[in-house]
Amino acid sequence: MDILPILSTLRRHKITAWLLILEIALTCAIVCNAVFLISQRLERMDLPSGVAEHELVQIQLANIGNRPDDTARAEADLATLRQIPGVQQVAMTNQLPFSSGGSWNSGVKLDPQQQQDTLTVAQYMGQNLLPTLGTQLLAGRDFRPDEFVNYADAVAALQGGDLKGLPQTLVITKALADRLWPGQSALGKQLYMGKGIPFRVIGVVAHLARPNMLEKGVDYNTVWPIRLSLTEGASYVIRCAPQDREQVLKAALAKLKELDPRRVVLQKRTWDEARHEFFQNDRAMAGILVGVCVALLIVTALGIVGLASFWVAQRRRTIGVRRALGATRNNILHYFQTENFLLATIGIALGMVLAYGINLFLMSHYELPRLPGIYFPVGAVLLWLIGQIAVFGPALRAAAVPPVVATRSV
Amino acid sequence: MFGYYMDLALRSLRRNKALTALMVLAIALGIGASMTTLTVLHVLSGDPVPGRSGSLYYPQIDPRDSDGYVPGKDPMDQVSWTDGMNLLRAKRADRQALMTGGSVAIQPVQSALDPFYEAARFTSADFFPMFGVPFQYGHSWSTADDGSSARVAVISSALNNKLFGGKDSTGQMLRLQDTAFRIIGVLGDWRPNPHFYDLNVKSYGEGEGIYLPLSTSQDLLFGHDGSNDCWGNGGGDQYHLQNAPCVWLQFWVQLDSPAEATAYQEFLTHYSQEQKTLGRFQRPPNVRLRNLMGWLDYNMVVPDDVRLQTWLALGFLLVCLVNTVGLMLAKFMRRAAELGVRRALGASRRALFGQLLVESLVIGLAGGIGGLLLAFLGLWLVRQQPAGYAQLAHLDPAMLLTTFLLAVGASLLAGLLPAWRACQIAPALQLKSN
Repeated sequence: MDILPILSTLRRHKITAWLLILEIALTCAIVCNAVFLISQRLERMDLPSGVAEHELVQIQLANIGNRPDDTARAEADLATLRQIPGVQQVAMTNQLPFSSGGSWNSGVKLDPQQQQDTLTVAQYMGQNLLPTLGTQLLAGRDFRPDEFVNYADAVAALQGGDLKGLPQTLVITKALADRLWPGQSALGKQLYMGKGIPFRVIGVVAHLARPNMLEKGVDYNTVWPIRLSLTEGASYVIRCAPQDREQVLKAALAKLKELDPRRVVLQKRTWDEARHEFFQNDRAMAGILVGVCVALLIVTALGIVGLASFWVAQRRRTIGVRRALGATRNNILHYFQTENFLLATIGIALGMVLAYGINLFLMSHYELPRLPGIYFPVGAVLLWLIGQIAVFGPALRAAAVPPVVATRSV
Repeated sequence: MFGYYMDLALRSLRRNKALTALMVLAIALGIGASMTTLTVLHVLSGDPVPGRSGSLYYPQIDPRDSDGYVPGKDPMDQVSWTDGMNLLRAKRADRQALMTGGSVAIQPVQSALDPFYEAARFTSADFFPMFGVPFQYGHSWSTADDGSSARVAVISSALNNKLFGGKDSTGQMLRLQDTAFRIIGVLGDWRPNPHFYDLNVKSYGEGEGIYLPLSTSQDLLFGHDGSNDCWGNGGGDQYHLQNAPCVWLQFWVQLDSPAEATAYQEFLTHYSQEQKTLGRFQRPPNVRLRNLMGWLDYNMVVPDDVRLQTWLALGFLLVCLVNTVGLMLAKFMRRAAELGVRRALGASRRALFGQLLVESLVIGLAGGIGGLLLAFLGLWLVRQQPAGYAQLAHLDPAMLLTTFLLAVGASLLAGLLPAWRACQIAPALQLKSN
């Protein structure tokens, strides 16, 4: 196919051609970045939590008025919940992975003299937490019953400066272990909090995601042998078979109400509902981005159809002359397809530069990573395809112009 | 003349129905999307207390020990109990209030209602006059009530509707966490958005239902909600934070003139220096005194997603405009012969330009009206979204006018280039060819 005649024709429609190129370039740049943003959101929504996702139920209660005997009552509640048919494990916890609201975090140090914290980790606490959540223990062991300390006692010990009253051990995630001690076993190692208070690592779990503040590292977390009660805002977590969840939730609420009617239910849900709620903004944003991409591509495709139709109508006579001089229908068809390919190529080349620029802007403003190289060829192919599909109709119409047009005046 | 151009424009547009529809739709989509996102951005970055925000300030000081000290970094975002009470008692500002969030169990006397938890604000007396909170019934508590930890409560109109069917409930007793409180005031319609005075709780959405004196909430060990930020071997539960090395309270002051603001900043530096001499603070004085809008900016209260959506929509509008300009240009150029005849018959270049501009204006207006309808639809869709700010997304008169201007401006811009280009045609040349 000869490109030169196409270029010389385009030179006579410079502004229109450049507008089309600009439109393709903008579309290419925005779509590349939007698709990248969508993939980021999907990746986030797909993060592993480390817990038995479809088997957990959460109930959060609050006392009316202060209850000094709350720790004992928590134990009684847990014992009762364990009796409910279908219940496999019961725990108390201060927080769960991927849930909105507040979260408990602390800075950790590798060296007691260190000035700045190495990392900020989430602190999971509660009775029987690891077996209930179903986190996979990779190395070491779970806590022994004698390692647990009541939350109120731990706080009193901390404020009184009595380090013996604090828990001595903790379990960490593999990601945290690898980050703090790369290539070594974390078991038996010490890490430090506050003014150099030491804690010994006794176990490593595969995954346990943060409740929120995911930007601090989703999987950098710790579990503490601390007994909680409702006073601290703790929740009951129940593990059961997925199909039993609704029924267990109902039975558990009834039992808890029976044990003490003077409590208010703040939260009753399956963990899946909590996760769904936590990521709903990401889901909505991904939906909006998909909508914008589709709308952009449609607008651009329709723009190409419109312009090509104009050009075909305008060049009817020229096409007729070419046909009369011996050009086949295929020649005419290819002419318009090549023309579109040329315009799209220039547009895509400009679009790539623009996409890179937009990505740089987003990186500086929204904590986004660099646009991976793979998006460039994929975006190019997508726009070439759309251009070819859009131009096909008008090009067919051009090919259908009979040679006899050449002899008529319009 | 305008009427004639209008007629010509409509005729021309009717000739190419599909194309006209495409151009109108492209502009409408672009404007609809941009207006939706701009409205959300406008609502979210609005002034929560218009008329007062200029004189409201949020003092920050740095009470931490020397661990992890980096010069030049911002001080803490809240104050500790000791500093909060010191600053409150110093009374160096025109008004000042110390506060924190919480939630309290309400035990209604009506048997039809189960006990429930309600978001609460524990604060001091100046809170109400300082933020200009309107009262429907009764009044706020006094500084004397703060001092005596009085068992008094102010409730929101929503809670008053729920508990008392909207009647004047002042003087009634209300049981909170097993303690009897006397209702002394019912608020009018007051929903500042963003929830500027405590951004830890929730930035947008419903405010608190109940307001109690901070001293009373501490006396009765009502737990606080929000963020605790501790240093050293700090830590503590939500009930015993008074002596812990933690910040968990917000402190706001009203300073009516810039001179007072400068003086207050000096006072904060002086206070920090004094505390350092006493040994309570270890870092060199590090204070900030941001006004309300500055504080919201510093906390980047508008969600990133909303900004991103705005950029996306503006990009989309740009593509739609380029698309329309291209199509209109092609269309005008196609009519070169017709325009040539008009020129040859004596129409000036200016007249031709006017005619084409009217045609593009018609498209722009149609697109603008379409865009406005789409913006209403878009905002309705935003309100169906799960985000906390969703309910606020409504078009106000200012944004309505902006939409209209944007539509007309965009279409004029889109029409200028094609119309100008088409007018450059030499009439003789066009008459000769074809």
